[in-house]
Amino acid sequence: MLSCKDVTQLLSEAMDRSLPLGKRIGVRLHLLICKFCARYERQLLQIRETVRRLVETEETAGGTLWEPLSEEARARIRKSLRIS
Amino acid sequence: MAKSANLDPSEWVDRYGDYLFRFAMLRLRDRSTAEDLVQETFLAALKGRSSFSGNSSESTWLVGILKHKIMDHFRHQAREAPLEDGDLREQPDPSSFDRSGHWASGPTDWGGNPADLYREKKFLDQLTKCLAGLSPNLANAFTLREIEGADTGEICKVLNVTETNLWVILHRARMQLRGCLETHWFKKSAGKGS
Repeated sequence: MLSCKDVTQLLSEAMDRSLPLGKRIGVRLHLLICKFCARYERQLLQIRETVRRLVETEETAGGTLWEPLSEEARARIRKSLRIS
Repeated sequence: MAKSANLDPSEWVDRYGDYLFRFAMLRLRDRSTAEDLVQETFLAALKGRSSFSGNSSESTWLVGILKHKIMDHFRHQAREAPLEDGDLREQPDPSSFDRSGHWASGPTDWGGNPADLYREKKFLDQLTKCLAGLSPNLANAFTLREIEGADTGEICKVLNVTETNLWVILHRARMQLRGCLETHWFKKSAGKGS
């Protein structure tokens, strides 16, 4: 019988590889009866989804998370490109 | 016409500087490192511009160079800062589970519609802060997996760890990140009654 501690490790692993069948069944059975582990899985997937959308937004739509390249950095980079 | 005629280095900083910088910041979270790598990217591109094939766009080509630089940076960091004891300790957070392996206090209900949180700048700031609070190896593994989208085989090579260790590292990173968000975001916003 898998403990919650085991299941949290396996839930994370399942996000990176496909689990062997026995473990997969063990986890699914556990989730049927354990509200906390089911919630844990949902939240890990929510974090993954949020990060994915964050990356998409920052990389395509023009980001909002950080100040753009500073004027100093811009000038420094331009200068280094001219010298070389 | 020369092969590199369609490249215009004098325009690079204005045209791609911010984009490359954001790309680097997402993965490195440190302004000066990100600035340095963007600069190195342009310099490497300038040197290697005769090898630009024109099969890809200028921006794709530059991002490819930057990606290499970022991977090298992670590789270097992994060499400089080997795994800490805590990175692999079996139990991510001693207070999460009791001795029989059951939740001591389970995850709280996050409520609302967390799927839309990526639109909230304050939440994203908190997420970045939580990520920066992890040990470097945990943060880098998480970044490579979830932000860069690398597969575990590649991450093992970059961070120089076995696959078994990487699963533990990613598990710990996710658990700590989840806990940090719960403490600093969801519990607080529940308190505010929103």
